[in-house]
Amino acid sequence: MELIVLLIGIAVVVSVVVGFVVVRRTRGPELEPPPEQRGGRVGTVERPPVEAPPESGGTITEAPVEELSPVEELPPVVETPAAPPRLRDRLTRARSTLAGYVGSVLGRSAIDAETWDELEEALLLADVGVGPTMDVLDHLRARVRDEGITEPEALVTALKDELKARIGGHDRSLSRDVEAGRVPVWLFVGVNGVGKTTTIGKVAAREASEGRTVLLAAGDTFRAAAAEQLQTWAERSGADFVRGAEGGDPSSVIFDGVQRAASKGHGLVLADTAGRLHTKVNLMEELSKVRRIADREPGQVSEVLLVIDATTGQNGLTQAKQFAEAASVTGVVLTKLDGSAKGGIVVAIQTELGIPVKLVGLGETVNDLVAFDPDEFVDALFASS
Amino acid sequence: MFDALSDRFDGIFSRLKSRGRLGDAEVDEVLREIRVALLEADVHLSVARGMVNRIRERCIGEDLSKSLSPAQQVIKIVHEELVETLGGETMKVTFASKPPTVVLMAGLQGAGKTTTAAKLARWFKQQGRNPMLVGADLQRPAAVEQLRTLARQVDVPVWSEPTDPVEVARTGMAEARRLGRDVVIVDTAGRLAIDAELMEQVREISDAVEPHYTFLVVDAMTGQDAVSVAESFHATLELDGVILTKLDGDARGGAALSVKEVVGRPIAFASTGEKLTDFEQFHPDRLAGRILGMGDMLTLIEKAEEAFEKDEAEAAAARLMEGTFTLEDFLEQMQQLKKMGPLQGIMGMLPGMPKEIRDAEIDDREIARVEAIIHSMTPAERINPDVIDGGRRNRIAVGSGTNPNQVAQLLKQFKEVQSLMKRMGGGLMPGRKKSKKGKKGKGGGRVTPKGGVQPRFDPEDPLGLSQLGDLQLPGAGPKLK
Repeated sequence: MELIVLLIGIAVVVSVVVGFVVVRRTRGPELEPPPEQRGGRVGTVERPPVEAPPESGGTITEAPVEELSPVEELPPVVETPAAPPRLRDRLTRARSTLAGYVGSVLGRSAIDAETWDELEEALLLADVGVGPTMDVLDHLRARVRDEGITEPEALVTALKDELKARIGGHDRSLSRDVEAGRVPVWLFVGVNGVGKTTTIGKVAAREASEGRTVLLAAGDTFRAAAAEQLQTWAERSGADFVRGAEGGDPSSVIFDGVQRAASKGHGLVLADTAGRLHTKVNLMEELSKVRRIADREPGQVSEVLLVIDATTGQNGLTQAKQFAEAASVTGVVLTKLDGSAKGGIVVAIQTELGIPVKLVGLGETVNDLVAFDPDEFVDALFASS
Repeated sequence: MFDALSDRFDGIFSRLKSRGRLGDAEVDEVLREIRVALLEADVHLSVARGMVNRIRERCIGEDLSKSLSPAQQVIKIVHEELVETLGGETMKVTFASKPPTVVLMAGLQGAGKTTTAAKLARWFKQQGRNPMLVGADLQRPAAVEQLRTLARQVDVPVWSEPTDPVEVARTGMAEARRLGRDVVIVDTAGRLAIDAELMEQVREISDAVEPHYTFLVVDAMTGQDAVSVAESFHATLELDGVILTKLDGDARGGAALSVKEVVGRPIAFASTGEKLTDFEQFHPDRLAGRILGMGDMLTLIEKAEEAFEKDEAEAAAARLMEGTFTLEDFLEQMQQLKKMGPLQGIMGMLPGMPKEIRDAEIDDREIARVEAIIHSMTPAERINPDVIDGGRRNRIAVGSGTNPNQVAQLLKQFKEVQSLMKRMGGGLMPGRKKSKKGKKGKGGGRVTPKGGVQPRFDPEDPLGLSQLGDLQLPGAGPKLK
């Protein structure tokens, strides 16, 4: 009885409120929040600007940081860094399950039902997802029929082509095109724990090594010590840094960063944001606001990069959809691809949403961030060790 | 997904009609759908395969029950199988006879180890223990700082020093003994399972502290890789349990199933939000429902029991059935519902919610808006909303900071639900015969799952209460995208 009562209560309230809300939502913008005003309460710049060319990371003496030996191997900022690793090289460690499956496909004399099953498994295990996998294989079957493919080897090549065609052909350059007199802002967004802050650190180091001065804005005011983490990266790459109070308004922090960058003549602002699950409506709204504010003069958002963890499963597509809606994502950064995960979800993200992967994270050091190359990505997945 | 699955089942079984047993052909088709559903929930391919085989055995030759449709029967089998695989019971944490009890946290980067360590410390504190945290993540910049900040919030001491992780773990143990702490939680750096060097390091940490519990922290959004990660960590550390994080998202969490199957250790805790209080012991049956998209009724009921005042709720429900439910009652119910947390979360737990509704953006400020409208009415208006004419409507709109359209909308919505509840009142009151789900008086304007009038089975819910989910939103349907 009690249970019934409770449920009825819930059902009624939910029904009325949801009905009310949903209907109203479709009725245009009368309840849009008023245009934001600058909060003004945050945004003290705690760090003096880094004027001198930064020293290499080795001078960092703060205790825990010392542990991070890779940083000490950072080349001095003016030097050209060693050629960044290629995807394929980096992926050898994890030489994929796909390789195994494809290997056994290649060992067969003809294409039979089992061959198809194995290809299907290989794609599913790489997190490509059921829908895209079926779709890829359907196309492949049609091709096999039309072109009279009988050799397993030709089949694998055709499969690679099919995948490459799906994720290829996008502009993957990172834009800093803005109107004259404005500072380009790259906004980094994503769910919790995907590696946003680390990615910014790597991008900052890369920019610095190319002789550009950047500013890092600690827009993650929520997670404990997120600003400290970013600050450490700023110090390592000699980037300017702006933070606000913990729990402060992320928009103001980022806007402060933009203003500071403009007045100091920095070429780029890298704005961190707090990790947020795409299901949290208020947080996603906050993100929309962050984007709007970052786009105000003197700033202009030229990239919104969604950071996705390569281990992410089918939820990645939903994430991408929601973030794209809230913040107009322009590209994906696929992190942690040096592990055993394949990151196959980006196939769906790119084919369904048209958002290209632009960068790939392959490790914890600054050199481990490389441009995404679809051919290498697919080849690396299929490389036999 | 469950809706979709159940729809697909219905399609398959409609051809079956007269026969009294599930035949091979139908079972094969159904199993294919189950496999897809599991894969879409991120259950590992091999785990899904094993499970599908077990389900096949149970389905073939199963007598068709009279009370359940074949589709429902299969769903029931799948649900039972999921619960079984996830481990029937909630893990019991025991304490070392010679304190301190040591807990080691391990996992990939970004799984949520540091936050979870602090949440776990809070949980132990609630159990009347005196935990201490050891920050052995010296890898990620500011990880120890993060741990310290979180620990301050739960008022638990932290030990760390800038030496090396194994050393920190060792000295941390000594410190805990010196301070007389009876639980030590060691946070470690995130590491890739294939990084031999770092895996060796975490093994050394484990050797140094000899943990009673080694927990693998796993992100609920993890895909197929969950299995190889769990295998490697288990091989290195001999896990005792798994902690599932970020369950507050909409990932189905099939990874949990994979990990459980591979490691054979229970999922001990689940982390369901960013706040340090969003942490609870894991209930396998609830996740099973989630993987199947059946909602999380038990958690919902638990929360409801905390929030609602029974007598009032019962009285309100009785009035509801009689059709004498007023806006006043509604306001009351709404305020109690608010205590249960964000509306969005509650809706996520209701089974049978159409996806459009689950995904609808519900801001809790909307509740405030609804409240404001009702508060701006006179008591007479609340009891009999029919007296509200254009003039009154304008007054209410002004008073609540809304517009007359919104007031009208709310009233319309309220009335529809009211009459709906009245119509189906007989069915839900005990002692009377159950009506067929208050069968959607007006078909057109309603959001129902495709073919939504099919009663669906829920073993926990013989009365079919979960079908309440089908009742909502008269009038709202066509406006959804």
